[in-house]
Amino acid sequence: MEYFLKLFLSGTAKGSIYALIALGYTMVYGIIQLINFAHGEIYMIGGFTALILGGFFFSNSMPVWLVLLFSVLLSIIYASAFGYTIEKIAYRPLRGKPRLSALISAIGVSIVLQNFVLLAQTEKFMPFPSYLPEFSWLQPYKEYINSTQLIILGVTAIIMVFLTLLIKFTRIGKAMRATAQDMHMAQLVGVDVNQVISVTFIIGSSLAAIGGVLICSYMGQINYYIGFVAGIKAFVAAVLGGIGSIPGAVLGSFILGWTESLGTGYISSDYEDAFAFVILIVILLIKPDGILGRTQRQKV
Amino acid sequence: MKRTYMLLAVFALAGLMVFSGAQNAFAAPTIKIGVAGAHTGDLASYGLPSVNAAKLVVKNINDKGGINGQKVELVIEDDQCKPELATNAAAKLVSAKVVAVIGHICSGATKAALGIYKDSKIVTISPSATNPPLTQSGEYPNFFRTIAPDDAQAKLAATFLAKTLKLKKIAVLHDKGDYGKGFAELVKQYAEEYGVQVPLFEGINPGAPDYSAVVNKISNAKVDGVVWGGYHPEASKLVQQMKDKGMNIPFISDDGVKDNTFIEVAGKYAEGVYATGPTDTSTNALAIKAIEEHKKTFGTEPGAFFLNAYAATQALLNAIEKAGSTDYNKIVAALKSNYVDTPLGHISFDQKGDIIGFGFSVYQVKNGVFVELK
Amino acid sequence: MKSRSLLADIGKSFLIAIWFMVLLFPLMVMKVNVSKGVAQVQFRWNMLPLVGIAAFVLSLLWRFALEWNEKRGNDSRAGGPLAKLKALTSQYLGIAVVRKGALFILLAFALAYPFLFGMYHTNVMITAFIYIILALGLNIVVGLGGLLNLGYAAFFGVGAYTYGLLWKYVGHSFIAAGIDPGWLFWISLPLAGIIATLFGILLSLPVLRLRGDYLAIITLAFGEIFRMVMQNSGDITGGATGISLIPRPWLFNIKLTPQKAATYIYFIAIVLVLITIFVVRRIEDSKVGRALEAMREDEIACQAMGINLVRNKLITFALGAFWAGIAGVVMAAQTTYINPDSFTLWESIIILMAVVIGGTGSIPGAIGGAILLKLLPEYFRALAQYRMLIYGIAMILVIIFKPDGLIPRKRKQYTFKEKELAK
Repeated sequence: MEYFLKLFLSGTAKGSIYALIALGYTMVYGIIQLINFAHGEIYMIGGFTALILGGFFFSNSMPVWLVLLFSVLLSIIYASAFGYTIEKIAYRPLRGKPRLSALISAIGVSIVLQNFVLLAQTEKFMPFPSYLPEFSWLQPYKEYINSTQLIILGVTAIIMVFLTLLIKFTRIGKAMRATAQDMHMAQLVGVDVNQVISVTFIIGSSLAAIGGVLICSYMGQINYYIGFVAGIKAFVAAVLGGIGSIPGAVLGSFILGWTESLGTGYISSDYEDAFAFVILIVILLIKPDGILGRTQRQKV
Repeated sequence: MKRTYMLLAVFALAGLMVFSGAQNAFAAPTIKIGVAGAHTGDLASYGLPSVNAAKLVVKNINDKGGINGQKVELVIEDDQCKPELATNAAAKLVSAKVVAVIGHICSGATKAALGIYKDSKIVTISPSATNPPLTQSGEYPNFFRTIAPDDAQAKLAATFLAKTLKLKKIAVLHDKGDYGKGFAELVKQYAEEYGVQVPLFEGINPGAPDYSAVVNKISNAKVDGVVWGGYHPEASKLVQQMKDKGMNIPFISDDGVKDNTFIEVAGKYAEGVYATGPTDTSTNALAIKAIEEHKKTFGTEPGAFFLNAYAATQALLNAIEKAGSTDYNKIVAALKSNYVDTPLGHISFDQKGDIIGFGFSVYQVKNGVFVELK
Repeated sequence: MKSRSLLADIGKSFLIAIWFMVLLFPLMVMKVNVSKGVAQVQFRWNMLPLVGIAAFVLSLLWRFALEWNEKRGNDSRAGGPLAKLKALTSQYLGIAVVRKGALFILLAFALAYPFLFGMYHTNVMITAFIYIILALGLNIVVGLGGLLNLGYAAFFGVGAYTYGLLWKYVGHSFIAAGIDPGWLFWISLPLAGIIATLFGILLSLPVLRLRGDYLAIITLAFGEIFRMVMQNSGDITGGATGISLIPRPWLFNIKLTPQKAATYIYFIAIVLVLITIFVVRRIEDSKVGRALEAMREDEIACQAMGINLVRNKLITFALGAFWAGIAGVVMAAQTTYINPDSFTLWESIIILMAVVIGGTGSIPGAIGGAILLKLLPEYFRALAQYRMLIYGIAMILVIIFKPDGLIPRKRKQYTFKEKELAK
C-alpha cells in the first residue's frame, strides 16, 4: 500500500508536469484547431529566458525571491511575445487555408526555434539552478513528494481554476468560446477574431513559460531539445482528456502520469510510453472525443 | 578493367612527377580526411568537439608543411547520429575521395557508414563508438578506435562494484539506447558472474522530465547499489531524484556520465557518484597543450571525446606519414605497427583495431571533480 | 502616393526591427554559462545591431513578398505575365509530341544520373526515391482518404524489418546452401508489402470510429508502440543495436562495389517509383479511388450514397501501408543497417510534410515534395550547423507562399465536347 501510494504520488507529480504544458496546447487547439507543435519550443524558450535572466540577476546579487519573481515574470513576458510573433508570422497568413498547411508551418517553427537556441546559446545541457523555496515541513515526507513537486501541483491547480473562470465569466473568455464555435459567425457578431487568437497565444505561451521555469527547476537542467519530447506527451494528454477542454487536459495529464507511474512500478519501465499509448487507444475507442471532450455532432 | 589500369597508370605518373620535385608545375594535391558525426540535432554536443580536435591537429600539421609534402584538408560531414544520414555522409566522403575518416560518433551511425567505407577501402577511426562487435566481430578490418570497447568498461565497473564496493544486490538501469543498454547488459552479466544479484534491470525513457516512479521502484527493490548505462542528462536527474528521496546508495555509471557537464548539471547531487571512464590523461603534457589550443582557438572548454578525436587524428596522420603514401593497406599496417604520442598517451592499435596503451579507470566525484580511484 | 506608402513601410519595419531587438535580446545578446552552480551572463552587444538590421531588411522583404504573393494570386485569374507563362507551358505540354519529348528527356536524364554524378549523389537520389514511394503511399491515406496518419513510419519500419529479420534468421542458411543472400531482397520485396498491408488492416480496425486529429494521435501512438517493441525485444530484433550488414540485392551473383551497388539500387528504386506512380494513378481513377474521395469530403453523405465506409477505410490504410513496406525494404538494402531510430515520429512527420508541401492529394505534388524535403537538407550541408535552421525557415516560407502545396491537386473535370459528337 505504501508502495502504491508512492507510485500514485509520483504519477500525480508527473501528471501535473504534463498538465502545465497540455493546458496551453489545448487552449490553442480549442480555438483554431491547430496542433501547435511549436508549443513545446515556447516552453523551452521560457525556461532558457528564465535561466539567462535569472542568472544575470543572481550574479548581480539580488535576493533570491526577487530573482525568482523577476525571472518568472520576464520569462512569461518573453514567451508570450514569442507566441504572439510566431502566430503573426507563421500561422496568420495560413488562416482559412487547408488545416494541414498550418500544421506544417508549426513543425517548421518548431525546427527553427530549436536550432535558433542551439546556435544562439549552446548545444550542451545546462544546469538549471532552482530558485524555488524548499519547505522544511515537507522533509519527513520526502520519500513521497518534494517541495518542487508540490509547487508544480499547486500551480497547475491554480492555473486550471483561473483558466476555467476566465473562459466562463470574462468578456474575452466569451469571445474565445464564440471564436472556437464558429469563427465567421463570431466575426459577424463583432468579435475581433484576430485579437482573440492573439490573446489565446499569449495566454498559452505564458502557461508554457511558467511550465518551463517550474519543470526545469525540478529537472535541474535545460537544453534546446527538451521541448519536443515534452510537447508530444502533453499533446497526448490533451487529446486523452478531450482536446479543447481545460479540465480535460488536466485530467488527461493525470491519467497519463498515473498510468506511466503505476505501469513502471508494477510492470516495467521498458514499456512506460507504451502504457501511456495503450491507455490512450483504449480510452479513445470507448470515447472517441476524449474523456471530457464535447461530442461533435456531424452534419451533412 | 582497362580503364582502371589506365587510371592507375595516370595516377602513378602523377605521383612520380610529384615525387621528382615537380610540385611547382602541379600544386601538390591535398590529403583529404573526412570528419563525420553528429554536428546538428540532439546529439551535436558529442560530435562537434571532434571536429574542433581534427581542425586543431590538421592546422598544426599544415603549419609544419603537411605530410610528405602534402597539405591535409578536412571534409566535414554531419550525420546527426542517424544511420540513413550516415550512409549519405559516407557516400559523400567517398565521392570526395577522402583517404580516411575520423568518426563516426555514435555506434549505430558508424555501423551504417562502415558498410560503405569497408568496400571503398577507407580507414575509419572513431573517437567514441564503443560498441564491442565493431572491432571484435572482425567484420570491419578498416575500423579503428581511440576508445576502449564497452565490454572492457562494463567488466571494470562490475569488478569494481563486486570486489571494491562489495555490493550484493544491485539495480541496473539503462536508456534503451545501443550504448547504454549494451553497457547495462554486460554489467549485469559480469556482476552475476561475481555472484551479485540483479533483481531490477530496466530501461527508462531518455528525455523524460521525471523518474520518480522508477526511483520508487529502486527503493522498493531494497538494492544496495544502482548502475546506470547511458548518458549524463538522465543520470543527473536520477541521482537528484534518488537523493531527494533520501536514498544514499552508490551510483555507478559509464563514460557517458564521466563528463564535466554531469558535475555542472547535477551540482551537489553529483557528489560521490562513480563512473568508469577513459583513463585520465589530463596531466599528460600533450593533453594540456591540446586543451590550451582549444581554449585559444575556440574560446571555450573542449567537450566530450575531444582528446580521443585529437589522438585519433594524430594517429592517423602519423600512420599516413609512416606509410609514406595514402595506400589503404599501408596505412592499416602503419596504424597497427607504430606507436604515437598523443594526449591519450603512447598509443597504438591491436590486430582488431582497438586501442593499445589507453584504457578505463574508475572515477568518483569528490568536491566537484572526477577523481581517479587507483 | 507611392513614396508615402514606402515611407510608411520603412517606419513599420523600423518598429518591427525594434520589436525583434527586444524580443531576441535575452537569447541573442546574452549568453549564459553556468559553472560551479553559478550562472554567468556574457553580453554580446555586437549582436544587437545585427538583429536590428536583419529584422528591418527581412520585414521589408517580407511585406513585399506577401504583397507580391497576393498580386500573383490575382494575376493568375486576371491573366498576368506569370499566368500567361503557365498557360503557355500547359498549352505546349498539351501537345502530345512535346509532352512525350519532355518525358523522354526526363527519363533519359534519370537513367544517366548515376553515371553522370558520383556515388554520393546517387545515394541521395535513392533516398529521395524511397521518400517518393513513401509520400505517394501516404498520399493515398491523407490526400485521397483524408485520414491523417502520424504513424506512417511504422509501416516503413515493418518493411525494413521484414528484410532485416529475414536476413538475420534465414540469411545464414542461404549462405550454407550456397545461395546468394541477396536473393532475400527479392523475396522480401513482395513479402514486406504483404506484411505491411496486414499491419495496415490490423491498425485500421480499431480506429474506424475516429476522425480527424483523434485518428492522428492514435496512429501516432501505434507508430511509437511499434518502435518501442522493436527497441525492447532485443532478443528477436536486435533491439537498439539493430541489424547490420544486410546484403545488397542479388544481381547474378556479382559482387558489387559500393559505387555499382548504389547504381543498381538506384535503378531498382526508379522502377519501383514508376510502378508506384502507375498503380497509384490507377487507384485514383478507379471506383475505390472515387469512393475514397467522396469519403474525404463527407463521411455521412458518403454512407447515405451507399458507400461502405468501413471497407473503404480498410482499403485506404492497407494500400498506404503496402507502399511503405516496399520502401522499407529498399531502405534496408541501401543503408545495409537498420535500427529502431530510423522509424521515429519524426520520420512520419517528414513524410507528412512531403505530402502537404507538395500538395495534398496530388501525385506530382507528393513527388515534388519528397524530392524537395530530402534533397534540400543534403544540399544545405554546405551551411553546416545552420542547416536545420535554414531548413525550418524554408519549410515555413514554402507553406506560407504556397499554402495549397507546390503542385496543388487538380480536380478531375469531365467536359462534354459537342464538336466530337457532331463528327
